[in-house]
Amino acid sequence: MEEIVLETQNLTVYYNGRPAIEGISLRIPRRRITAIIGPSGCGKSTLLRCFNRMNDLIPSARVTGRVLFEGVDLYGPDVDVVEVRRRIGMVFQKPNPFPKSIYENVAFGPRIQGIRDRRRLDEIVERCLRAAALWDEVKDKLHQNALTLSGGQQQRLCIARALATEPEVLLMDEPASALDPIATMKIEDLMRELAREYTIVIVTHNMQQAARVSDYTAFMLAGEDRVGRLIEFGPTQQIFTRPRDRRTEDYITGRFG
Amino acid sequence: MERRQRREMAGKVFEAVALAATVFGLVVLAMLLFDVARRGLGVLSWSFFTSYPSRFPEQAGIRSALLGTIWVMALTALFAVPLGVAAAIYLEEYAPRNRLTRFIELNINNLAGVPSIIYGLLGLELFVRGLKLERSILAGALTLSLLILPILIAASREALRAVPMSLREAAFALGATRWQVIRHQVLPVAFPGILTGMILALSRAIGETAPLITIGALTFIAFDPRGPLDKFTVLPIQIFNWVSRPQAGFHARAAGAILVLLAVLLSMNGLAIYLRYRLQRRYQW
Repeated sequence: MEEIVLETQNLTVYYNGRPAIEGISLRIPRRRITAIIGPSGCGKSTLLRCFNRMNDLIPSARVTGRVLFEGVDLYGPDVDVVEVRRRIGMVFQKPNPFPKSIYENVAFGPRIQGIRDRRRLDEIVERCLRAAALWDEVKDKLHQNALTLSGGQQQRLCIARALATEPEVLLMDEPASALDPIATMKIEDLMRELAREYTIVIVTHNMQQAARVSDYTAFMLAGEDRVGRLIEFGPTQQIFTRPRDRRTEDYITGRFG
Repeated sequence: MERRQRREMAGKVFEAVALAATVFGLVVLAMLLFDVARRGLGVLSWSFFTSYPSRFPEQAGIRSALLGTIWVMALTALFAVPLGVAAAIYLEEYAPRNRLTRFIELNINNLAGVPSIIYGLLGLELFVRGLKLERSILAGALTLSLLILPILIAASREALRAVPMSLREAAFALGATRWQVIRHQVLPVAFPGILTGMILALSRAIGETAPLITIGALTFIAFDPRGPLDKFTVLPIQIFNWVSRPQAGFHARAAGAILVLLAVLLSMNGLAIYLRYRLQRRYQW
C-alpha cells in the first residue's frame, strides 16, 4: 500500500463562476511519479495548479472541495500560501529562468527565506545544480546570465531552482513540451532520478512520455459541457494495457485528442 | 487593364501625399531650428550662462533661469517619480480588477489630457495660497509634479505590464511574497521602461511655461535661488519674457536660451534612448 502525500476530495475549480474541472478525487503517492494526461482543455493544468495554490493568482478562480497535503487542507484558513509553495515546487511548460545569473536563479528561493550566508548559498546552489544534472555544464559560468543557456539547460535550471527551497513535491506542467527530443530525454532521466527523493506530479499530453516515466496515471477528459473530469486513475502499466474505461482506451490508442 | 492602371495610380498618389506630409513636418522643423540657430548661436558665450537678466540686452544672461530650471526639475523628479511609480505598482500588481480601479484608471488617463494651465490654477490655489508656499520653487515643483504624474503613471504601468507573467509565476511558485516578486523580479526588468517614462515626463515638465506663470514665477530674478522656498524663474519663462520685448537684442538672447533648452531636452531624450538600449540588452529573452 502506497503512502499518500497529496489528496483531492471532490475538487471543483470555477473560472468566472463556470466550472473548469469538477468533482476530482485523486490520491498522489509519495516518491512516485504521477502523470496527468488528457487532451487540451481538459483541465490538467488547472488541477496541477491547485496543488500549490497558483490558481490564487487568477482573480476569477474559485475552488471548492479539499486538497489535502500531508493530511492538512491547503485551502484551509490557517494555511500560509508562501509556505505551501515552498514545500510544493513547480516547473513550468516554457523554461522561465529569471534574467539573472545561473547562481542567482538557484539562490533566489533560499535568499527570500532569509538565508544570507554565502557559504551556505554556495553549497545549496551546487547541490541543486548537481541534483538537476546541470552542474558539470555550468560550474565554470555560474555568474553568466541564465538566458544564455539552451532551452533544455534552462529547464533543468528551473528544476534546480525549484529544488533549492527543499520541497517535498515537484509539480511539472508539461516540462518538456518546448524542448527537443534529446533535451526531453535528459529531463525524463532526471525525473526518474528525482523520484527517489521527491514526489512528482507531471502534466503531459505526450502519452509516450507518461508511459515512459510515470508510475501512476490519471486520465482527464472534458465532456460536451467543456468541464474537465477525472475518468480513470491507476498504475501506469494498467492504464496503458488494460484501461477500464472505454474513453481511456480510445485516447491512449490515439482515436482522438 | 485600365482599371488596374487606375488602382496603381491611386496607390502612387497616396504614397506621394504621405511622403509630402512627412517632408512638410520635417522641413518646417528644420527651418525653425535653422532660424533659431542662426539668431541664437551668436549670443552663446560663457557670460550668457553666468549673467543674470538685465535691462540691457547685451548684458542679459540665463544664469538664474537655468538654475531655477535645475532646481524645479530636481524637486519635481523627487516628488513625482516615487508617487508615480508607486501608483503604477499598485494599479498593475495589487489592485483588484473592479469598477473602482477602472474608474481610477479612466480618470488618470483623463488627467493626462487636462490643459497645463488648469494645473497652474490648481497649484496657485492649493500650494501658493492654501499651503502658503508663496511663489517658491517648491510650489512650482509641486505643480509640475501634479502635471506629469498621469504621464509617469501611464509609462510605468506600460513598463510593468511588459514584464512577462511567467516571470512573476516563477517567483510566486518559489514561495515569494507579492512584494518580493515585485522587488526582486518585476522592478529590475521594468526599470529601463520606467526610467524612459520618467525622463520623457520630465522633458515635458521642463518646457512648461503656462502653469508656472499662473502660480506667479517671476521673470526678473537677479540672484541665485538657494533653497526650495526661494523665488525663481525658469528657462521657458525667461524665453517668453525676452521674446515679448521690443528690442532685437533680446530676441537674439531668447534664441540663445531656446538653443540651451533644446540642448537640455535633446540630451535628456538621448539619455532615455541610451539607457533603454543599454539596460534592455541585459534582459533579452
